[in-house]
Amino acid sequence: MKNLKLKKDLGSYYAYPMGIWFSLFFLLPMVLIFAYSFLSKGLYGGVELQLSLKAYRDIFQKAYLLILGRTVVISFEATLYTIIIAIPCALALARSKRQTLYLTLIIIPFLINSLLRIFAWMSILGSDGIINRTLIQLGIITDSLPLLYNRRAVILVMVYMYLPYAILPIFSAIDRFDFSLLEAARDLGATKMQSYIKVLFPSIKSGINTAIIFTFIPAFGAYTIPLFVGGKDSYLLGNLIVDQVTKTRNWPLASAFSMFLTLISTVLVMYVFVDDKKKNPKKKRKI
Amino acid sequence: MNQRRKEFHASNLVLILTVLFLLMPLFVIIVFSFNEGKGSTFTNFSLKWYKLLFSDSHALLDALSNSLFIAFTAGLASTVIATLAAIAVKWYSFKGKKYIQIITYLPMVLPDITLGISIVLFFAGLNVPLGLFTIFAAHTTFCIPFVYLTVLSRLDEFDYSIVEAARDLGATELQTLYKVILPMILPGILSGFIMAITLSLEDFIITFFVSGPGSTTLPIYMYSLIRFGVSPVINALSCFMIVSIALTAITLRHFVKDLAIS
Repeated sequence: MKNLKLKKDLGSYYAYPMGIWFSLFFLLPMVLIFAYSFLSKGLYGGVELQLSLKAYRDIFQKAYLLILGRTVVISFEATLYTIIIAIPCALALARSKRQTLYLTLIIIPFLINSLLRIFAWMSILGSDGIINRTLIQLGIITDSLPLLYNRRAVILVMVYMYLPYAILPIFSAIDRFDFSLLEAARDLGATKMQSYIKVLFPSIKSGINTAIIFTFIPAFGAYTIPLFVGGKDSYLLGNLIVDQVTKTRNWPLASAFSMFLTLISTVLVMYVFVDDKKKNPKKKRKI
Repeated sequence: MNQRRKEFHASNLVLILTVLFLLMPLFVIIVFSFNEGKGSTFTNFSLKWYKLLFSDSHALLDALSNSLFIAFTAGLASTVIATLAAIAVKWYSFKGKKYIQIITYLPMVLPDITLGISIVLFFAGLNVPLGLFTIFAAHTTFCIPFVYLTVLSRLDEFDYSIVEAARDLGATELQTLYKVILPMILPGILSGFIMAITLSLEDFIITFFVSGPGSTTLPIYMYSLIRFGVSPVINALSCFMIVSIALTAITLRHFVKDLAIS
């Protein structure tokens, strides 16, 4: 018993470095930008100690609402396509005999710096890029197609970037799934589709939820992708926030937008976690 | 049976196409790094971009050494901090455990841009000059959750009775940590460390905010190359990185599944 007491005290020594580090470099900065969002803008950047709701009123300007709405739509589309591609991939991966090979091939691009991959897409899609050059040489088109600097390019590159994030959690959920359950369902008279929707899908739902979070949230806060492959129709929230810090130096507005981004992400994560928790006990009771 | 085999083929096809889709841009980069011309038609095989890369390499080498320095120090710091915290959360009860458990997840789910903004405004508010230290602090912060989760999942497989046995046999707390716990969870710690290093080497957005003059990292350097005049030198640089990362991944492929699942 004495031992246990001693251990209790030691536990705090193990954990406190992290507690202190996170309080200092994560929580405090977050609290700080929360506070900044309620202050007024200083003349040369920075903030003045004067309470103001101007930043939050500014968010609801028409121009900003347009960017916000566009960001939601584009990240939603990118997430949808990513998940639709990721599910069959994860399924094939879980059944594949060459799992390690495929996993390595999926992880390698994910390890290459994202800027390099964006750059590669720029040289593929550009007006003088590989696709346009090839099509012109083949005589299919005469003028190059506007493949780059628009929202389609942004969505394509987002799907490309976030696919590994989506495939891996779904794969690890499917990997734990017992495939004989599918056969049992088929034996009991379910069609192929039914067995997938009613047996496989519910048990990998948490993996899909994680995939949605890992795709939607980075897409929602994306900066480099719209900066390099986007155009006027795909200037997103991330670009807006960065410009508020680096160009207009409006800290309160940048902080207010960041709080908004934080709020959206937290709500999404909470929703998914609560959803998981609600579903899981139910399942157990049914069994 | 026949029907079932068909459906395997369909998802296999999607997988193969997706892998090709994922690799295609890398392939393009590698091929065009050996192209003599500047455009996107392949004219002649040439090593001129590689020569240019290494002859005018002062800025590049500076950025590379900054990146490696940050990756190593931030990786080490985050691994030590996160491993200890994972051990504490797994086996001990203490004040503030709930706080630690919740707060570790947050930086992982927030967009990088929020993390970058909050930390740069924090440093600016305190008048801390931006430089290698601020990058180190920011990188350690966003690496910790990933290492923590990797180590925690390794600890789940750990048989706690071994710790009790060590203690019954007279090992002190520190001895138990060094001689029993750490060696057994070493693979988990190592994959966490590797993950932290890759995350740190790869990060652009957060570094973009917290780096100052003289603390350019490799991604920041590449950003300026892309931003101010696209040159095939980037292809040569990229090809170099792709080959080295691919080689590392292949050597460490036994870790790959661990990493993927965590």
